[in-house]
Amino acid sequence: MNNFLLLPVLIPFFFGMFLIFNQKRLAYQRITVMLGLILAIISATALVFKVYQDGPQTVTFGSWPAPFGITMVSDMVSALLVLTTLVLAFFIVWYGFESIGKERERFFYYPGVMFIITGVNGAFTTGDIFNLFVFFEVLLMASYLLIVLGGEKAQLRESIKYILVNVLSSAFFVITVAFLYSVVGTLSMADISLKIAEINQPGIITVIAVMFLMVFGMKAAIFPLYFWLPSAYSAPPIPVLALFGALLTKVGVYAIMRTYTLFFTHDLAYTHELLLILSIVTIIAGCIGALAHFDVKQIIIYNIVIAVGVILFGVAQMNQIGLEGAMFYLVHDMIIKAALFMLVGIVIYVTGTTNLRKMGGLMKTYPALGWFYLIAAFGLAGVPPLSGFVGKLLIVQGGFQAGNIWTSILILASSLVVLLSVMRIFIYAFWGEQGQVSKQVNKTVYHRMFFPTMLLVLVSIFYGVGTEWITPLMEEAAKILVEPSIYTDAVMKGGN
Amino acid sequence: MEIIMAFVCGFLFMAAIYLILSRSLLRIIIGTGLLSHGAHLLILTMGSFKGSAPPVLTDGVTDYVDPIPQALILTAIVISFGVTAFFLVLAYRAYQELKTDDMTLMKGSEDHE
Repeated sequence: MNNFLLLPVLIPFFFGMFLIFNQKRLAYQRITVMLGLILAIISATALVFKVYQDGPQTVTFGSWPAPFGITMVSDMVSALLVLTTLVLAFFIVWYGFESIGKERERFFYYPGVMFIITGVNGAFTTGDIFNLFVFFEVLLMASYLLIVLGGEKAQLRESIKYILVNVLSSAFFVITVAFLYSVVGTLSMADISLKIAEINQPGIITVIAVMFLMVFGMKAAIFPLYFWLPSAYSAPPIPVLALFGALLTKVGVYAIMRTYTLFFTHDLAYTHELLLILSIVTIIAGCIGALAHFDVKQIIIYNIVIAVGVILFGVAQMNQIGLEGAMFYLVHDMIIKAALFMLVGIVIYVTGTTNLRKMGGLMKTYPALGWFYLIAAFGLAGVPPLSGFVGKLLIVQGGFQAGNIWTSILILASSLVVLLSVMRIFIYAFWGEQGQVSKQVNKTVYHRMFFPTMLLVLVSIFYGVGTEWITPLMEEAAKILVEPSIYTDAVMKGGN
Repeated sequence: MEIIMAFVCGFLFMAAIYLILSRSLLRIIIGTGLLSHGAHLLILTMGSFKGSAPPVLTDGVTDYVDPIPQALILTAIVISFGVTAFFLVLAYRAYQELKTDDMTLMKGSEDHE
């Protein structure tokens, strides 16, 4: 049963293919997509338990010995991210039933979602650097479809920029892989790690490390490369935006995390110092953006940039605590960003505007929405019983342990800015005089949009309160990131 | 040989970036085409030009070229074909809707302040 770890990749893929047929019949589309996601969630949950009990799972296609075939590796890091991806996709698709619009649903929206999940899960699971590129392209191609689907003017205009940026970064990825191949002569990630350790990271490998940082940084929106994100993400409809905001940048973060803990660990003074500086500047840039805007979507979009900076700060520490915090925060951030985009989507639906200045007084008419938004906002900022707390605590602890005192304090200060930016939405939209209200609010539609959102906020509360249960999994994940030999042994010796 | 190829790739990258920084959308797409040509040639170069026979098993030949870069290039070529086709159709649609192919006119939006 070694192929078991492929199920979270294969199930969305096959269901995506089934969904291409009968695209006009909405009942078939909706039932099939939900069925596929539930099956995939079950398989991913089982995979997490399996990995927890038996250590990293590997399968090399075609029974070739390890460095010669394409290896798929499911360690704790990737298993957790795969599970989170599928759970989020489930809630976002459910939310989309009422808000994406029938025209889009009839025109390959659901296959697009399934293929984007195939790409994301594949990118999390693969153990081969060129295969990672291919899975990136799978998810990017699906994201091109989703960002432009509907064909509004703003979508057309922004998707041109989005595609151009991603074409550039993909070409750059190919170039970087070519350089890496010419130095180490292999493509399997475990084998690359071993070869780099053998030659003890000469200067050229450090150059390649920086090139990888640029490639993945462009996907993950780190500081000098985040310019495309705010405008591109403002174009698509809310469910697509939630999917992008929760998943796409996080794949880039994961790829940086993987390459910087597995490959480039011999010149920490240069590579990880660079990562540290960039993550700090990313946080500052995100904070400025989050405070500058009066558009609800833009505020949350800039919060993505801040969170990417925080996670990468945890990665840059390269100690057990910092990496454990980064893992905690990564999963938390995926959940909470999806929840916030969904909540903000409801706010936009009931007010009919994205402009904060025109909103007001929603607390009287929609108290439940207000309270759940408040919980999500506190969760994002990291107020203790909620989900953002443990991750940031561990990241800051890791920062202190590694001797980065001032930068760690800056991380704490950024939480205040995050809290301020999301509380501003709360104050403007929910308090005060009655503001603009949309004419065509339908109560059933509202409830149908609110229910999955509420469940997702509850999931995030559970993630915060149930930290004790999740900690062993995260410790396991951090151990693999700190100790690359566990990963390479699992792959090269066939694992189990 | 590798030196010459490095110059060729560098020239292609230079031309691609020059075109991508221009205002017309079609020139940008031509630039992405040149960029992917450069990247593919670079993979071929980085796999080195040792070996003489094509990587097909034949009796009595021991000196094959490295088959891996060729497989990588083949993969990258079809991916960039797909993306370019999509991009071209998107450019066509954008031209129909927005009535311009000038990138400097494609900023801002009607629903933002």
